[in-house]
Amino acid sequence: MSELATAATAGHTERSGSLWADAWRELYRNPVFVVASVVVLIVMSWAVFPTLWTSTGTDGGTCELVDSRLGPSSEHIFGTTFQGCDMYSHVINGARPSIIIAVLVTLATTLIGVALGVIAGFYGGWLDTVLSRITDVFLGLPFLLGALVFLALLGEQNIWTVSAVLVVLSWPPITRIMRGSVIQVKALDYVEAARALGASNMSIIFRHILPNSIAPVIVLATLYLGGFVSAEATLTFLGVGLQIPEISWGITVAQGQDYAIAGYPHLLIFPCAALIITVLAFIVMGDAMRDALDPRGR
Amino acid sequence: MTEPAHATPDRAASAGHGEMVVSVRDAVKHFPITQGIVFQKTIGHVRAVDGVSFDLHRGETLGVVGESGCGKSTLSRVIMGLIPASSGSVNLLGDELVGMRERDLRKVRRNVQIIFQDPYASLDPRMTVGGIVGEPFRIHPDFAPRGDRRGKVQELLEVVGLNPEHINRYPHQFSGGQRQRIGIARALALRPQIIVCDEPVSALDVSVQAQVVNLLERLQEEFDLSYIFVAHDLSVVRHISDRIAVMYLGKIVEIGDETQIYEHPTHPYTQALLSAVPVPDPALRGRREQIVLTGDVPSPANPPSGCRFRTRCFKAQDICAEKEPALVSRDGSVQPSACHFAKELDVIHATR
Amino acid sequence: MGRYVLRRLLQFIPVLLGTMFLLHYLQTVSIQINGNPITALFGDRQPPPQTLAAITTAFGLDDPCLQQTGNPCLGMFLDRMSGYTQGDFGVDFNRQPITRLIADAAPVTVRLTIIAVLFESLVGILAGVVAGIRKNGFADNFIRLSTTLVISVPVFVLGVLVQIGSGLYVGVWLRDNGAPEWLSAAFSVTYQTDHPWASLLVPGVVLGAFSLGFIARLTRTSLIETLRADYVRTARAKGLSRRRVVGIHALRNSLIPVVTYIGIDLGALMGGALVTEGIFNIPGVGGLVFGSVAAGETPVIIAVVTMLTLVFLLASLLVDVLYAVLDPRIRYE
Repeated sequence: MSELATAATAGHTERSGSLWADAWRELYRNPVFVVASVVVLIVMSWAVFPTLWTSTGTDGGTCELVDSRLGPSSEHIFGTTFQGCDMYSHVINGARPSIIIAVLVTLATTLIGVALGVIAGFYGGWLDTVLSRITDVFLGLPFLLGALVFLALLGEQNIWTVSAVLVVLSWPPITRIMRGSVIQVKALDYVEAARALGASNMSIIFRHILPNSIAPVIVLATLYLGGFVSAEATLTFLGVGLQIPEISWGITVAQGQDYAIAGYPHLLIFPCAALIITVLAFIVMGDAMRDALDPRGR
Repeated sequence: MTEPAHATPDRAASAGHGEMVVSVRDAVKHFPITQGIVFQKTIGHVRAVDGVSFDLHRGETLGVVGESGCGKSTLSRVIMGLIPASSGSVNLLGDELVGMRERDLRKVRRNVQIIFQDPYASLDPRMTVGGIVGEPFRIHPDFAPRGDRRGKVQELLEVVGLNPEHINRYPHQFSGGQRQRIGIARALALRPQIIVCDEPVSALDVSVQAQVVNLLERLQEEFDLSYIFVAHDLSVVRHISDRIAVMYLGKIVEIGDETQIYEHPTHPYTQALLSAVPVPDPALRGRREQIVLTGDVPSPANPPSGCRFRTRCFKAQDICAEKEPALVSRDGSVQPSACHFAKELDVIHATR
Repeated sequence: MGRYVLRRLLQFIPVLLGTMFLLHYLQTVSIQINGNPITALFGDRQPPPQTLAAITTAFGLDDPCLQQTGNPCLGMFLDRMSGYTQGDFGVDFNRQPITRLIADAAPVTVRLTIIAVLFESLVGILAGVVAGIRKNGFADNFIRLSTTLVISVPVFVLGVLVQIGSGLYVGVWLRDNGAPEWLSAAFSVTYQTDHPWASLLVPGVVLGAFSLGFIARLTRTSLIETLRADYVRTARAKGLSRRRVVGIHALRNSLIPVVTYIGIDLGALMGGALVTEGIFNIPGVGGLVFGSVAAGETPVIIAVVTMLTLVFLLASLLVDVLYAVLDPRIRYE
C-alpha cells in the first residue's frame, strides 16, 4: 500500500503517540535516571523504615553530652553531634520529615494545580479571569519570603503547618502550566471529534484533556519534590520550620554551623551531604523525565 | 438573500435524490471582536458565515469550495451544532439545531459526524485504535453492549479497509492515509446519516487522496450517506460531488450541479477559481484565458459594501458597490449565481 | 505597544492590591488567633495594662476587629494602604520608622544583589554559550553536570560550607601570608563595614550560584534552538563565519529569555539574600527580616516583606514591558 510510504514522508513530527511508553523505555535505559531512582528509593526507605538502617530508634538514640562532637569512629561512623548524639542516626532519621513534607506538598499542589488549571483552561470565560488573577496574587509573593512570613505569623511550626504554607505558595505555577497545556489540547481535532460524538465535558476532560496535557505537570512535580526537601531544610535552618526535638537535616546543619567553624567540619559535612544527595537525586530524575517527555531540550 | 430554496429542491429531485436531510436557511455566525483594557467591549464582528442557505438530500454529496478563510469550516461546524449559529435556521432531519440546549444537541449529533482535515490531530495519541473507534460506543452504550464492542470495532476497521488485527495499535504506528481511515471508521460507528468531510484529503499525498475519496464514495453507496464535502481542491470536489456551492467571504456566490459549475460557471469568482486549475495537456498550456485575481481577500470583519467580490472582480461596476446581488437564477445563468452580471464564460477548456 | 503596556499596568493594580491584602489578612488572622503580639514581646515581665494599651494603640493594633476571628479588618487595610501611599510603613518596637531601617539596610543588600547578578549572568551566560555551541561535547556534558549539582545545593548549605571553607581556611591562610587587607576581608567569615564591596564578594557568589545553573541551562537551550533556526542557517550559507553567526545573529536573539529570567529571578534572589545575609551576618534587608523574625516583631516583618514584594512586582512589570519591547510578538496575545 502506497500509504505506508507516506508515513515516513509526512511532514508532521511524530509527537506523543504512546509517549509514555516511549518515555519509559528511554528512562529505564538511562543510567543516570536509574541511579537517581535508586538513591531516591534508599532515602525513602530511611524515611519509612528508619529501623532498617539504624538500631538507635527513631528518636536518634541516647545522647551523652560527654560524647559531644566526637569525630567519626567505629562506634559512631559519622561521629557525634554537639549534644553527643549519633550523627549517623540523625542523618537517617532526618529524612523522614523532609520526605513526608515533600511528598505531601507535591501531591496536594499537583491536585489543586491540576484541578484549577483544568477549570480555568477548559471552561475559560470569567472563571478563567478570576482564577488567573488569584494565581497572579499568589505568584506576587516571593516564595521564600512568603513562606517565612506565613510561618513566622502562624506561630505554630510543625510538619503540618510547614506543609500547608508550602502548598499555599506553590500551587500557582502548576495551575498556570496546566491551564496553558489544557488550552493547547482543547483546540485539537480529537477533542472536537469527541464532542461531535456526543461526549460530555467530564468525559472529554478525563478521557482526552487530562492524559494529553499532564506531562509537563508530572515533570514539574518531580522537580518540586527536590525543591520542597530543600525548602523544608531552609525554613528549618532559618528557625521558622521544624523545631527541636524534631530531627531534621535543617536543624542538624543549623546546630553544627557554629561548631564547624571551631574546627569540627563533620558536624556539617554529613547532614549537608545527605541533603544535597537527596535534592540532586530528585532533580536529576525530573530532568531525565523532562528530556524523555519533551525531546526538544536536548 | 432570496429564495435559493426554490431553485435547489427541484434540481435535486430531478437528480433522483430522496428526502431532505439538512436544510439551512440564512445561517449566520458572527464572532465578536472584543477590545478593551479593563472591560472587553465588542467593537465588531467577524462575519464568518453570513447568511447561507442550502439543502442536502439523502444520498447526495454537496461540495463546498472556497479560499481559506471564506467560512467553509465554520459552516461545517454550524451544521453539526458544534458552533451555535448566531441566527437563522439549521434543520437536521427535522430537528431545529439553532437554540437547542447542549444536552439535546448531544443526542441529535449522533446522526451527523465529521471527518477532519489533519489525520495527525484528529486522533487521540494516547488511545489505541480500538479505543478511538470504540469511543462512540462508550459514549452511547445503548448502541452496542459492552461485549459486542470489540467485534463491532473490528467490523468497522474492515469496512474502511484496515486490518482488524491492528485494533491494539496506536495512531502513530499508521500512515496519514490509514489514520484518515481510522477517523472515517470512528465517524461511521454510530451509523450517522450525514457526514461532514472537512477537507478530508487536503493533508494527504495525491496518490492516497484518490484511495480515500474512493472509499468515501463506496461507503456512501453502502450506508446511504449524505456528504457535505468541504475542500479547496476543485478537482477533488468535482470528482465526488453531485452539487457544488462556491463560497466567498461567508456567503455562497454560486450553487449548482457538477456540469453547471464546472462547464458553465457564471459567477466571476467561480470562473477565476476554475481558470487556475492546471491544464493537463502541455501543448495547450498558456492557450487558455487565465483570470488572475488581484489583491487580497478583504477582512470578513469589514466586508465591502454591495457585492463582496467587487474589490477583486474584473466585471465590477458602480452598481456592485450599491446593491448586493441575490443568489438567484438570471438571464445569463441557469443556476443561482450572486452576480449582477452573471454570464457563462468558458475558462476550463483551452482552445487552439 | 502603548496599549499593551497600559493593559499590563492596569492588570498590575489588582494583583498589587491582592498581594498587599493577602499579607494584611495574614497578620490580622495571626493576631486574632495568637493574641496581641505586644504581649508576646514582653514575655514574662508584662507591663501594666495602661502601658500595654498605649503601646498597642501606638502600633495601630487596637482595632476591635482584631478580637473577631476571621474578620478581614478592611478598615485597617485601607488605613494601611493610605499610609503606604504616603511612605508611612509604621514603626518598629523601638519607635524607629521602618522606612529608615530599610533605608539603612537597603544599600548593603543592593550591593550584594549587584554582585550576585553580575556573577550569575557573566558566568552563567558564558557557560551556556560554551555548552550550546558544542552540543554534547565534553564541555557541554561537564557544564550540564555541574549546573545540575549547583542547582541541587540549597543556598544555606552552600552558604555555611563556603563560609567555613573561605573564612576559615582561605582567609586564615591569606592573613598569615600577608595578603592585602581587602583580599583577606573578602574571605572573612562576616561582613566588614570597612570593606563594603570586598567583604560581600563571597556572599554574592553564594547568592548568585543557585540562579547561575538556571541561566546557563536557559542560555544553552535557547542558543541551541536559535542555531537551528532558518535565518541562522541562511547566515551560515551566506558565508558568514561561525563566530559572527553565533555572536551577532544567534546570541542576541537567544538572550531575550535569559534577560527576562534574570528579571523574574529577583524573587528568588530576595529569598536567597535573606539566607545569605543571615549566615554571613550582613546588616542588609534580609538581616533585618531575619532579626525581626527572631524577635517576633510582626509589624516589621510585614512592612519589610510588603516593601520587598512591591519591588518584586514592579520588577516583574518592568520585565514584562521590556520583553514586549524586545520581542514584538508578545504584544498580540
